[in-house]
Amino acid sequence: MKISAPAGWALSSGRAVSWWLLGPGLLWMGLLFFVPLCLVVVISFAGRGTYGGIVWSFSLTNYLDLLHPLYARILGQSIVLAAGTTLLCLIMGFPLAYYIARAAPRRQGFWLLLVMIPFWTNFLVRTYAWMFILRTEGLLNTLLLKLGLVATPIELLYSNAAVVIGLVYGYLPFMVLPLYVALERVDRALVEAAWDLYATRWAVFWQIILPLARPGVMAGCLLVFIPSLGAFLTPDLLGGARSMMIGNLIQHEFLVARDWPLGAAISCVLMLFVTGMMGWLLRASTPLSQREHES
Amino acid sequence: MVEQPASIDVTSLVKRHGATLAVDHVSFTVQRGEFFSLLGPSGAGKTSVLRMIAGFETPDEGTIRIDGRLMEAVPPNRRPVNLVFQSYALFPHLTVAENVAFGPRMQGAPRGEITSRVRVALDMVKLSSKEERLPGQLSGGEQQRVALARALVNRPAVLLLDEPLSALDQQLRQEMQVELKSIQERAACTFVCVTHHQEEALTMSDRVAVMHQGRVLQIGRPEDLYEAPTSAFVARFIGVSNELRGIFRRIDGGRAVVQSQDLPGEVQIVLPGHTVLQEGSAVTVLLRPERLRLSTVAQGLSSEQSLPASVDKVLYSGSDRRYLVRLGERLVWNVRVPNDESGQNGLVRGDTVYVRWQISDTVVLTE
Repeated sequence: MKISAPAGWALSSGRAVSWWLLGPGLLWMGLLFFVPLCLVVVISFAGRGTYGGIVWSFSLTNYLDLLHPLYARILGQSIVLAAGTTLLCLIMGFPLAYYIARAAPRRQGFWLLLVMIPFWTNFLVRTYAWMFILRTEGLLNTLLLKLGLVATPIELLYSNAAVVIGLVYGYLPFMVLPLYVALERVDRALVEAAWDLYATRWAVFWQIILPLARPGVMAGCLLVFIPSLGAFLTPDLLGGARSMMIGNLIQHEFLVARDWPLGAAISCVLMLFVTGMMGWLLRASTPLSQREHES
Repeated sequence: MVEQPASIDVTSLVKRHGATLAVDHVSFTVQRGEFFSLLGPSGAGKTSVLRMIAGFETPDEGTIRIDGRLMEAVPPNRRPVNLVFQSYALFPHLTVAENVAFGPRMQGAPRGEITSRVRVALDMVKLSSKEERLPGQLSGGEQQRVALARALVNRPAVLLLDEPLSALDQQLRQEMQVELKSIQERAACTFVCVTHHQEEALTMSDRVAVMHQGRVLQIGRPEDLYEAPTSAFVARFIGVSNELRGIFRRIDGGRAVVQSQDLPGEVQIVLPGHTVLQEGSAVTVLLRPERLRLSTVAQGLSSEQSLPASVDKVLYSGSDRRYLVRLGERLVWNVRVPNDESGQNGLVRGDTVYVRWQISDTVVLTE
């Protein structure tokens, strides 16, 4: 018997193998992502039946309805909350990621594990825990009252602040991990070189570390901003009726108002917005990625 | 006239890594405009010394003075030295010109002055045509030049170089040795260079400090280190050297009698005049391969010495032939003969010859 597996493997590395490698993922995404996506787009142009069904007629009514200021306000509020969340995650995540990236290699694994530990518990459970912490007679207020820092409990739960707290908590790891990857790749000698060339620590950060970590900053911001923008669980539980985000609106149209076509139209608008934003960001970062490609 | 202080004055520098001494009481002085090299195998502590001069590491003991100023507690960005990193550490997101302009910009030089200084620095390393390129678009040799320009543009009191040529291939490395030396002369700047490559150190340096296991073994001009090494380590590290180890027995008719385990019986070796030895002391005789001659005749002049041997191997290498000759069961010497001496080219394996040398070429080491 001849053992020629490696040679055989190398010889058949043509088109056939590529399809075997691509096949399962392609099939899965095609059936469960692309087809439903098309359905959503189609439904967004349909009409709503009297009792919540879908009337298969083509019209732009749903999109025209979205021009109502109420929807613009909700979209605007969602963008502000998601942007705020992203900014807070960046401000808190950067030093953390930098610390981990500069720690001894044996320690890095430990710190990264700590960053990921929250994933071991269900997100819903963790959000309920935040309700317990933030509510009027909750953990935080009890503590503040005991310490005499406040005279009356502060109303934190069911506010935009609570939503941002919950979102930052939930998405911080998605900021830290790509930042860590980018910062870990920054050669320590570059930092020393800048320092040797009379840069202050502040200048080293702005001139060298931040520009080199830009791919990580972009990835982290996208990974936080996009899910924050579409979040519905966190604003539902922590924001209550007062701070509705676009995710809640979509959920409301589909499940409560039973207006699938309008919900689908909002989904499409959100999707277009995110796609457009990503395209713009990619374009803005092209010079840098080109530079990296050529080096 | 007041005497100018030395460029660098390092006194009894110590750096500990845990229990081991990475740098063990190292002292040396580098004069203004000198090309000084720290030479040693990896782990000798030379890079550690360089990093302490640059300010990236703090000495546990000892002092560093640059231009007479004590460098204690002075951070790297306030020291009048610049380091050329082994990996060059060019900023990948900045162009060649922006890289070179970084130092002057951080020092707050006016814009017009920066532009002209960058131009002068790039001219000096012959890279003016590539100032808009990114480091990733340059060859290894060009990156090396940018790194030099980026440091020299600041007109440092001392330029520090960490294994400057180690990332280049053999041919480029030899070109850059000459280039680096002429850049140093043009810039009229003190260079302190760390290298593990002995040829590099000898070719470029005015003086070399050989380091081993954290200590400086010998400091001297390249020819001093080669001709008069004070330890077997220096002799072996710089060039190839033939050794004969033995015990000094007595003086017999003006000749030192040395007994070596590697040779049958007692060998009479004439040591250079000034050597005074104690009976029974260990002695090592060193001879460079190119100072040896092969001959079928035992002895010529009285200024010469010879030992019988047999040819073991002949290795042809273009400009010269290397003969491995056996003097004893465990003792094989290297003899290098230039190819123009046709008389010796007929020797083949197994021939009986005499290894001859000038007595004045003998280096004697005593423990």
